Amino acid sequence: MSLLHIDNLHASVDGKNILKGVNLSIRRGEVHAIMGPNGSGKSTLAYLLAGKPGYKATQGSVLFEGHDLLTLSPEKRARMGMFLSFQHPVEIPGVRLDQFIRAGFNSLRQHRGEPELDPLKFDRVIKKNAGMVGLHQSMTKRFVNMDFSGGEKKKSELLQMSIMEPLLSILDEPDSGLDVDALRDVANCIKQLHTFENAVLLVTHYQRILNYVVPDQVHILVDGRIVRTGNKDLAHDVEADGYDKYE
Amino acid sequence: MTTTNKDLKAVASKEYKYGWTTDVESETPEKGLNEDIVRWISEKKNEPAFLLNWRLKAFSYWKKLVSEDKTPKWANVKFPEIDYQNLYYYSAPKSKKQLDSLDQVDPEILAAYEKLGIPLEEQKHLAGVAVDAIFDSVSITTTFKKELSKHGIIFCSFSEAVQDHPELIKKYLGSVVPYTDNFFAALNAAVFSDGSFCFIPKGIRCPLELTTYFRINAAETGQFERTLIVAEDNSYVSYLEGCSAPMRDENQLHAAVVELVAMENAEIKYSTIQNWYPGDEKGKGGIYNFVTKRGICRGNNSKISWTQVETGSAITWKYPSVMLIGDDSVGEFYSVALTKGYQQADTGTKMIHLGRNTRSKIISKGISAGHGQNTYRGLVRVMPKAYKARNFTQCDSLLIGDKCGAHTAPYVEVRNNTAQLEHEAYTSKVDEEAMFYCNQRGISNEDAQSLIINGFCKEVFQKLPFEFAVEANRLIELNLEGTVG
Repeated sequence: MSLLHIDNLHASVDGKNILKGVNLSIRRGEVHAIMGPNGSGKSTLAYLLAGKPGYKATQGSVLFEGHDLLTLSPEKRARMGMFLSFQHPVEIPGVRLDQFIRAGFNSLRQHRGEPELDPLKFDRVIKKNAGMVGLHQSMTKRFVNMDFSGGEKKKSELLQMSIMEPLLSILDEPDSGLDVDALRDVANCIKQLHTFENAVLLVTHYQRILNYVVPDQVHILVDGRIVRTGNKDLAHDVEADGYDKYE
Repeated sequence: MTTTNKDLKAVASKEYKYGWTTDVESETPEKGLNEDIVRWISEKKNEPAFLLNWRLKAFSYWKKLVSEDKTPKWANVKFPEIDYQNLYYYSAPKSKKQLDSLDQVDPEILAAYEKLGIPLEEQKHLAGVAVDAIFDSVSITTTFKKELSKHGIIFCSFSEAVQDHPELIKKYLGSVVPYTDNFFAALNAAVFSDGSFCFIPKGIRCPLELTTYFRINAAETGQFERTLIVAEDNSYVSYLEGCSAPMRDENQLHAAVVELVAMENAEIKYSTIQNWYPGDEKGKGGIYNFVTKRGICRGNNSKISWTQVETGSAITWKYPSVMLIGDDSVGEFYSVALTKGYQQADTGTKMIHLGRNTRSKIISKGISAGHGQNTYRGLVRVMPKAYKARNFTQCDSLLIGDKCGAHTAPYVEVRNNTAQLEHEAYTSKVDEEAMFYCNQRGISNEDAQSLIINGFCKEVFQKLPFEFAVEANRLIELNLEGTVG
């Protein structure tokens, strides 16, 4: 059974049709990449799957582990194991990153019928994972995304992903605004978090991150439709030729 | 997926929880203000001549301001002109005999406190908290006085202090806020009815947190409290003030004056939780809170800190200030002001540096929801002799929804070039983006909102005494609760 099954999905934002019949199936253990020009609907697809208010499915269906995803609130989707790494994560003044992650983590545990983790035990977890994603532990004591550099924001998202241990991680441009070294770090980290048990849907503009995170499938999204699906070589073709020839 | 929107609307229109009136017979003179009323109040309270004279001088000064149309108009608040002749200027529950125990207190009044969650019966037994409860304008009961008097601490109603310690009142009354200070200070000086007086003698660390609960009751009664706290050399006191008022149609004017005096090495902590009736959903009714609060760090190395949590009132107009005269003295201001519905708040502080090495710190947090308008207005003034004065100011705003507003008006006047001033400010939103970010991490709307708001207020709440910090947290949550369907 597919972890995520999207069938003929149409969606609109502010009354404007953005997705015009997307079909996509992702199984555990797979990495899928969605590439496409600006305004093709990549981020809309990511937000719609995570349940962002204002993003409406007008046709089609989405099943997540066999459940009708579109009727669920965003927090229920998260608790079922769907994670969205934001392209522009929100700043929350006065709330420390570790507190924020603990609040989310404990709500997931509660959902699974597990006891909450107290701050001391959680501190050990976050320490270990911060080291893995390459974020200095002192960063977790700072306010959520406040005065974080571009790279730190991406790593903070990955830290959250590493602790939540989602079934499906939707990564919305985890490579945007990063220099070569930071890009490699982020990509290696994604690779490390990917197992046979979970899946990754990577939304990106550029092929270069796919040199590190090798996708099982690459989908080219143009004007709200997947116009081509292929293996990692497709990403190279796009890099060479541009998106024009798919429009 | 429009729940968030709905939630935010529900926040904005949260109803006032403490709306009711208590049926107690009041003894009230006729409406309006003239010299006879001032004399009537003073006579009623059996005041010495110096006090009556002071009131009369204040009254004639106020009359002059009225005739010159000098009501303050600079604050960023809007309200219809107040008809000062259409207000009552004194109101006291009729049973004014001395009480030996709570059993003698009017049961109606006790019930009112119960509704407010301030059960005096229990508070009496609560170790560590002395309660000077003010119902309307007259002190009803004062507890723990004996414990305090062991240390030579005077903590009583202003009226009692006038009778028992007239020399102290004469010495300090108006020494920090003279009646000529501003329009409402003049009005208060003329007609103030009661309040609290606190005197901490040399070398004494007050062993209890001192608490006063204020309450406005009789309809159309102007409430004019006057509080005076004097901390002599090497002394310390922490004073807490908390308020709530019943639902009203007529706007009620509250113009209190608070004066603090800190001598050498003395420290005064003054904390306020204010939760007066803010008006109905459309902004009708509600308290006008025009307060003058000022402390003076007279001695070297003295410290005054103001902490306030302002959630009520239709209009708040309030700038707790510190005059830093003594060398190395410290002034602090920590504030959370919440406006929702049609509430308006124009609040902030003034730090006036006069002595050497004086330091001040200002942390202001404004939360606006619904159509609420929140203005921070602050002044940092460094005078020529204030060598190496330092100030740190941070004024932050949190917006809930898109119909509210936050404004900051920081004024700086520096006349000594050794001064160091820092200013920080940010504005953030509890908007769909932030809520969605939390939701995506599995956090429910309710938890997300309380996380965001408590995070925003934390720096200020930490400055409150522990019991008050819990209450403040609850108050903010109560004010913004019911937001998740």
